[in-house]
Amino acid sequence: MTGPGLTPSQTVGPYLGMGLPWTDGPFVVPEGTPGAITITGVVRDGAGAPVPDALVETWQADPDGRFGHPDDPRGAAEPKVAGFRGFGRCPTDADGSYRIVTLRPGALPCPDGGTEAPHIDVSLFSRGLLDRVVTRIYFGDEQEANAADPVLREVDPDRAGTLIAKADPAVPGLFRFDITMRGDGETVFFDV
Amino acid sequence: MTVHQPTAPAAFSLPEYERPAGVHPPLNSPAYRSTALRAPGQPPVLLPQHLTEITGPLLGEGRVTATDADLTTGHGGEPLGERIIVTGRVLDSDGRPVPDTLVEIWQANASGRYHHAVDEHPAPLDPNFSGVGRCVTDSSGRYRFVTIKPGAYPWRNHPNAWRPAHIHFSLFGRAFTQRLVTQMFFPGDPLYFQDPIFNSVPQAARERLICRFDLDLTEPEWALGFGWDIVLRGQRATVFENEGDA
Ligand SMILES: [Fe+3]
Repeated sequence: MTGPGLTPSQTVGPYLGMGLPWTDGPFVVPEGTPGAITITGVVRDGAGAPVPDALVETWQADPDGRFGHPDDPRGAAEPKVAGFRGFGRCPTDADGSYRIVTLRPGALPCPDGGTEAPHIDVSLFSRGLLDRVVTRIYFGDEQEANAADPVLREVDPDRAGTLIAKADPAVPGLFRFDITMRGDGETVFFDV
Repeated sequence: MTVHQPTAPAAFSLPEYERPAGVHPPLNSPAYRSTALRAPGQPPVLLPQHLTEITGPLLGEGRVTATDADLTTGHGGEPLGERIIVTGRVLDSDGRPVPDTLVEIWQANASGRYHHAVDEHPAPLDPNFSGVGRCVTDSSGRYRFVTIKPGAYPWRNHPNAWRPAHIHFSLFGRAFTQRLVTQMFFPGDPLYFQDPIFNSVPQAARERLICRFDLDLTEPEWALGFGWDIVLRGQRATVFENEGDA
């Protein structure tokens, strides 16, 4: 019982910016939505240089921990916040930075009865990546939930910090999440 | 399950998507020099496929207009080059069509030049071709683009390096696990042997990136037709069923 063979991945190359732009891409919720947060950071390569031609995509639950998707066994959630899309896309700038404007996701039930801490799944694409790499954004101010998270528990404690977005003490609602593709401080990437 | 519950039952089951082996290129592929500083050095950590992974953005509606699938129109004149039709189905590895899913493409023009500020290849730009298209698959998973056959272009990976003609494709499927960005190539291209990007794919899966010329898709006195199906990761029937086969 074999179906058709999977199509292999290829790199987005240097010109992804022309094919995959959306003017509203970084806005998972419209700018100015009450409670919106901004996640920003710099993507760096193995030499520590900013990567100016990467694309960051995000996917997440809504603040209630629900998805507008029929495969959620709780049923597809109706959006409670106007314009909430769950999905974000932002190309990096010349300085390697990206930003996503969104709402904090809720915690999620696991099939085995556990709970996943609030998180955002991230796909990173760029020239030099023959397939996307996947990581997760957790929130530094969710220490209790993070300590019980079944995914974080499997990560080398010395590297788990790369998965934590840190609140900017000076700017309410601003979180910092840098991505290091390789080398010192390499971000934890997942096989999904 | 049509009743919306505020919380999930104590235990529930989720679809499990196939984890591909021997299909995608290794991220560390030294012949493609840009991987050296960008491919992760550490092995990836296994991520269980939970709610975030088995759902995904259902993009399409409102994201495309009917003319977005025809890259030869909308610029006031006809682009130069060989007009082609590229069509096929988006399927999962169980053979099921993936309907209503966004397909995005981008490509060089007939001279091998991208409409992008970074592209310095001294080949002419075409004011009537921007090289960007999108469409949404129909109820049988079919997509269809009208475009221009892209030209080969040089790059600086190795001496006298040229990319075979290709069209970049981006697909979402219906779940985060199914996200795929790839490239479609053309039959009989003489440049394959020296292209480390094409050859990064394990040999057994490489030909899946090459479309087929199809006279039945060709429209007389108007455009050559090429067929290319795209296969995304499918759901395994149960978590355990296939574990022994790998
Ligand atoms: Fe290209």
